[in-house]
Order: sequence, then structure tokens, then C-alpha cells
Amino acid sequence: MKIALIGNPNCGKTTLFNRLTGSTAHVGNWPGVTVEKREGQYKGLKKQTSERIDVVDLPGIYSLSPYTPEEIVSRNFMIDENPDLIINIVDATNLERNLYLTTQVLEADVPVIVALNMMDAVERSGDEIDIKGLEQALGVPTVPISALKGKGIKELMARALDEGKTKRKGASVLASCDCYPLIERIRDTIAKENIANPLFHAAKLVEGDSAECVRFPGIAKSLEEVKPMLGKNEYGDDYEAYVADMRYRYISQYYSPCLKRATHEARLSRSDKADKVLTHRIWAIPIFVLIMFAVFHITFSEDILFLNSWFGVEVTNELFASALMIEPGDVGIPSLGVWLQSLLGWCTGGLIDVSRDGLTAAGYEGTWVEGFLCDGLLSGIDSVLSFVPQVLLLYLFLSILEDTGYMARVAFILDRAFRRFGLSGRAFMPLLMCFGCAVPGIIATKALENEKERRLTIMLSPFFSCGAKLPIWATFAGIMANTYWSGYGDLVVFIMYFMGIAVAIIAAIILKLTALKGDPPPFIMELPAYHRPQFKSTMIHLWDKAKHLLVRTGTVIAVSIIVIWFLSSFGKGGYCDIDDSILGYLGKGLQYLFYPVFAAPNGFATTEASNAYAWRFVVAAFTGLIAKEMVVATLGTLAGVDGDAILEGAASEADQTAFDAMIGSMTPAAMFAYMAFNLFSVPCMAAVGAAMGELKSRKRSWQAIGFWLLTAYVVSFVVFWLGNFNTYMWGMSLAVTLILVTLCALLAWKVVTNFKTKQATAANVGANESALGAAATHDESEVE
Amino acid sequence: MEKKLSEFEPSESGKVKTVTGEGRIRRRLFDMGITPGASIVMRKKAPFGDPIEVNVRGYELTLRKTEAECVVLDV
Repeated sequence: MKIALIGNPNCGKTTLFNRLTGSTAHVGNWPGVTVEKREGQYKGLKKQTSERIDVVDLPGIYSLSPYTPEEIVSRNFMIDENPDLIINIVDATNLERNLYLTTQVLEADVPVIVALNMMDAVERSGDEIDIKGLEQALGVPTVPISALKGKGIKELMARALDEGKTKRKGASVLASCDCYPLIERIRDTIAKENIANPLFHAAKLVEGDSAECVRFPGIAKSLEEVKPMLGKNEYGDDYEAYVADMRYRYISQYYSPCLKRATHEARLSRSDKADKVLTHRIWAIPIFVLIMFAVFHITFSEDILFLNSWFGVEVTNELFASALMIEPGDVGIPSLGVWLQSLLGWCTGGLIDVSRDGLTAAGYEGTWVEGFLCDGLLSGIDSVLSFVPQVLLLYLFLSILEDTGYMARVAFILDRAFRRFGLSGRAFMPLLMCFGCAVPGIIATKALENEKERRLTIMLSPFFSCGAKLPIWATFAGIMANTYWSGYGDLVVFIMYFMGIAVAIIAAIILKLTALKGDPPPFIMELPAYHRPQFKSTMIHLWDKAKHLLVRTGTVIAVSIIVIWFLSSFGKGGYCDIDDSILGYLGKGLQYLFYPVFAAPNGFATTEASNAYAWRFVVAAFTGLIAKEMVVATLGTLAGVDGDAILEGAASEADQTAFDAMIGSMTPAAMFAYMAFNLFSVPCMAAVGAAMGELKSRKRSWQAIGFWLLTAYVVSFVVFWLGNFNTYMWGMSLAVTLILVTLCALLAWKVVTNFKTKQATAANVGANESALGAAATHDESEVE
Repeated sequence: MEKKLSEFEPSESGKVKTVTGEGRIRRRLFDMGITPGASIVMRKKAPFGDPIEVNVRGYELTLRKTEAECVVLDV
């Protein structure tokens, strides 16, 4: 037996789904679109008697109109996949709008049962619902439940299983309207062709639904001829408005009287009170900033509440310090995220040490076996795991904010500021997450309704400088402050963050004008009542994410780290140092490609020596494509010193001097250009994995990677050129700039025309633009 | 008197008369319950003055001013 859950967003559908399916649930995707598909089996059955009952959680929608991928997925499932039963979840605190979807669902020839959810909240507010009366008006079984508290679910399922055994003919609330004879005629025509759900199709055709017009072009055509002859109703021949209005009128006439509202005073709910403050004209933004600060502080701070730097609190007790995973002394108490990260690092670090000792004892020291196991495989696992705690913590906060309903308010507060860049307020949260780590940021784009907005947000994600890039800025800023601008190291770091935001804005505008052209998506959104976050469903969600992260992202990273290890440890002579390795040769060969960007000799570098260094910077930038943590470590290794020690600030004086000499051989312009390259290029393999997961298309993932590399190259080129405009090379630079700009323009033009042709082909099918967007995604063959 | 929803000030209210606009936006407004005859109460404006929050059919809805321009009400 196959049961589908359908309902509005925020109606408690997912909570009910989790109640019904428990651990059997798994999250996948609807073919061809980036809409989550949840499936599972009903777990409340006695084993011996039962056939299997599959439960599918359809995406949350307000209507079965053909505009968003969510709506198309739900309606295709309903009319084409023959579920045995549909459970329509209705938020009882918001009857009218929720029942609007019900009026459409009832038109399909499928048994339907209505679950009146959130009855606990209704009782609390003092409202009363006449369940029997509503059941009679709807004509299908209606069961009051509270998914959150687990009440009424047994009864719901008992009635559902009975109902699922019967057949049901669709019925329409439009039956008393002037246009019903027309609907009936079309229904009979369709029924003659043996197509299922004729009433549903007929009602949608009269509405002028674009997807139905494509499916039944003949009927649609004759309808266009018939409609004007029918005489005008109060909407002229605007049947879309007419049908929508008729549905709502029916609801307020027959369904709404079943609800008896408590007196008005009682109705200023807790939610309204919370909104008085949280979306207040003045307080909204400071409160938002505070919440965001708290989230980041708990995840990334090494000195919680600034106890150390502001109040001089020190951890001196050794036992306490080791429990906190820090060295005792003048340091602060680490935040939860940092503590978890060190704990995990301690475990994997221990594992590496043990393996190394074991291999040494077995006589493998210095061989490729040790290298592969310890430097390749295990450090691969180590770097996969090292970012997981903080990513999950960020994700946890994000889903709590989402669950409570605060995220919708954030979109409301910030929409204005984001609109001019082709984004809505909803894009803010994912982008903000990227300052911590691009991976949760990219995953969070799932909440964006519009496909183009989602792509745009993912493409901009690396430009918001993440935590792993900070050591690079810190290293370069330190050296710059020593040599050029004493005391302005923090300014250098600030410039990098600022440059990222500035380029993101410019890139957003350019993409909006070219590749991702189109009208801004509508921003007509419910502000759901605040809910308490639900521990269980949040944890289920988090567990899903952790699995996803470890499997998909983990494999991508582990494989690329092993590849990098191989490239940097093997050369002509077999197992060797990085200098003679394949990667070393690649760097030496490819450094010419980077001459215009940051590595050019003569006049660009302060010392002769930097010519010899150039390829090392290139190699370090390569490893940065895998993980940005590796850039400084690789630079260290290439300077002939212990890279990890440099990162941790624990290098010997001689090592530090050698390292500084190498970095210091660059001019400030080259340093900025180099940092810019690292900022804008492919952030890391984890982010690439996440982006592939969200973009759902190989082609689009490659486009994103190409876009990042191109931006990195162009921006660092511009920075380098601006920094050197007084030297004799600038003429050449100008020429190269012009060539690059022309190439970019050509590329952009090609992308735009491609896009237009795609649109034109699709337009032949005759549907409107956004239905097409979804259709185009369907057709895309590279979809995994 | 007729007035566009985008011209409303907080706590003003009215009944929807007509809904205009491009297909997708118009349909979305209908689906969210902004149909002729529905009564709407303007709640507040966002800190930057746009979007706005309204109460329609017993729930809170937010929409941009450009979209609110499509809704004409009797006040």
C-alpha cells in the first residue's frame, strides 16, 4: 500500500512523517529536480498480519498550480503514480488557507483522509472546531491529531488503512458554480480516453492551467473558443481568478463555520508578542546581529565570552586544561565547536601516530607504504573529520532557527538589502554561514525556493572568506606588517574579507545580467507562527546531514587528498621529495600561466630569489583547491621547513626566518594577488562535493568550478596589475587585460544566447516561463 | 475608495477588489488567499520599509511592495 502525505509548508507534515516512519525514513531526491523526497515505511503495524505500507512525504505546497518544482512534483505524484491513499495534513490553526489545497486534492480520484494537525495549539488558544461538521462538509474522514505530541495518530492510521481499501471518485467544490457544466463536459471527454483523474484535469483546464494546456492541447484550444461564448461572469473571462475565488468562497461558506474562535483578546498569541520585538522596526536588526554572533561564537570562538582577552581569565589547572583540549596558560576557554574539533583531531592524530609507530617497528619507515597510509589515507580521513563537528554545529543552529520560524523573519527583515543583487532575503543565511564554512552554507541553499537564486547563491559562496582561509591571511598579513606596514596586519585581513564581499556583489550583478537572467522570484511568503524547536526531528535531520556529509563529501575529499599525496610524493625517480615530484614539475611548468596573476619575475618581485620561489606558490595554490588548510602547510614544506609547525606558530626561529624570507620575496601587490587567488578559486573539495549535491547536475557543477577559477584568475590579475601599474610591464598587462575582458564578454554572450535558445525551444511547447524552468531541469540529461 | 495595498500604512485594512499582475505572481497571490472579497489588515513594514507584513485569512503573510501594487482594495 502506498500512502502520500500532502499539505502546506509549516503544517507539521514532516513531524507526522517522522512519527509514522521513524528510523525507516530516508531522504532522496525527486528525479531531475532539487526537491527532497522522503520515503519510509509505516512502523505501527503488527508484523505478522501486514503488507508493507510505504509512506511518501510530498513537498510542502500551498496549491497544485504548475509554477514551482515542488508543486509539479506533488501533482505529478498524485495524478500519475496512483497512491492508494492521500493524507492531507491541515494546520488547524490556519484552516482557511490550508483547506484551499484540500479543495484541489479532493478533485483527484484517490481516497483522501484529512488530518487536522496542531489541535493542541487550537485548544490552547480557546478556539473550538466542530470535527463532525467539518467531516460532513468535506465528505472525507477527518481526524484531529497533534503530530508534535503524538496524539490521534493511531486513530488516523486505523481510519487511513480502512479508507485505503476503498475507491473514491473525485468531487469538486465548484459543483455549484456557473462553470460546472463546462467542467463536467470536459471531464467526460477526458474520461472517454481512459485517462485517470478526469475531474482534476477538467477543473485545471478551465482554470487555464499551463501544464494541463500542454497535456491536452486539443481541449485547451477548443476551450479558448468556448469561453467567450459562455457569457461573462463577474470576472469577465478571467477563469483563474474566478476559480480561486470560488474555492475560497466555498471554504468560508461551508468549512469556516465549523471553527468557533475564542474572543479577540485571547487571540493575540505568543507568536504575535514575539514578533512585536523580533521584527520591530528598530530592534529587529540588532537582535538579529546578536543571534548570529552567538551562533558563530559558540561554533568558532577559541576564547568563549572573551573571558581571556577582556577579563584575563586563564586556565592554569592542568587537568581542566586537558579536558578542554588546550595547553594550560594564557588562553581562553574554547567554545563547543572548537572543543569538539580538537577532541576529534586528538583521536585521529593519535591514530596516525600509532600507525606510524607500528609501521616504523615493522621496518617501513620512510617508504611509500608509510607515506600512503599516514600522509595520504589517514591524513585524508583526518582532514575530512576535522571540519565535521563545526559544520554540524552550524547546521544544528540553522535548523533550530528554521524550525522555530525565525528564518522567515530574517528573510522579511533583510529582503530589501538583497533584492538589488538578484537575491531575496532568504539567501542571507546561507551566505552568512559561508563566513564560517562554505559546506553548511551550500547545504543551506536548499531552503531557497527559486532554482536560479539557489545557483547564484552557491556560486557566490566561496567569496565569503571561510575559517580555513584565515590562516593564509594571517600568515601574509603578519609578514606584510613586518616588512611594509608595521602594525596594520589586521587591516590586511579586513581588506581580504571586504574584497570578498565586494567581488561577490559585482559577480552577482554580472551573473544576473548574463547567465542567470530572469525576473526576480516573487517574495510572497507566509510568516509561520513561532514553534518550539523539536528535538527529535532536528536530530533526525542532523543525522541525515552527517551521513550525507561523510559519504558524499568525504569520498570526494579523501580521493583528492590521496591523489595530491601521490602527485607530491612520486616523480621520475619513484618515491621522492615534493621538489622532484610530479606536482613539483607541474608547478614549474604551469607557473608561466600564473605570471600575469602573481608569479611574474623581474620588476614584480623584490628579490631575484622569488623567481625561484614562483612555482612553489603555484603548487601551494593547487593544494588549496583541495583544502585551504593545506596552503600554508604546503608553503612551509616547500620552504624546507615543517609546515604544520608554521601553522601552529611553533616553528623554530631559523625555520620561521626561512619561511618569512620566501613569502617576503613577493611584492605587496603579488601577495594581495596571491591571497585573492586563494579567496576566489575553488574553495575546497568538501564545498565542491556539497555544491554537486545541491546543484544536482554535473554540468552545472563544472560551470561553478569554472566560474570560481575564472573569477580567481581575473581578480588576482586585476589586483596584481593595479599594484604594478607604474612599472614597464603595465603595457603588457593592459594588453592581456583587454584580451581577457574580450574573452569574458564573448563567453558571457555565448552563455546568454545559449540560454535564450533553450528558452525559445521550450517556449514552443507553449507553457509559461517558470513551468519551463522546471521542465528544463527535468530534461537535463546529465542529472545524476 | 480604492487603494493599492502598497500604499497602506500599518493597521489600515480593506477588502480586496481586484488582483492584477503577471501570471505567476497573480496565481501565487490567489493561492495565498488574496482573492477578491478577502479582508486584509496591514501589520507592519520591514526595517528598511519593504517588504510589508499583512494579515489575511487569519495568518501572517509577507510580500514586497512591487507585489502589493498588484492588489487593489476597497477601503
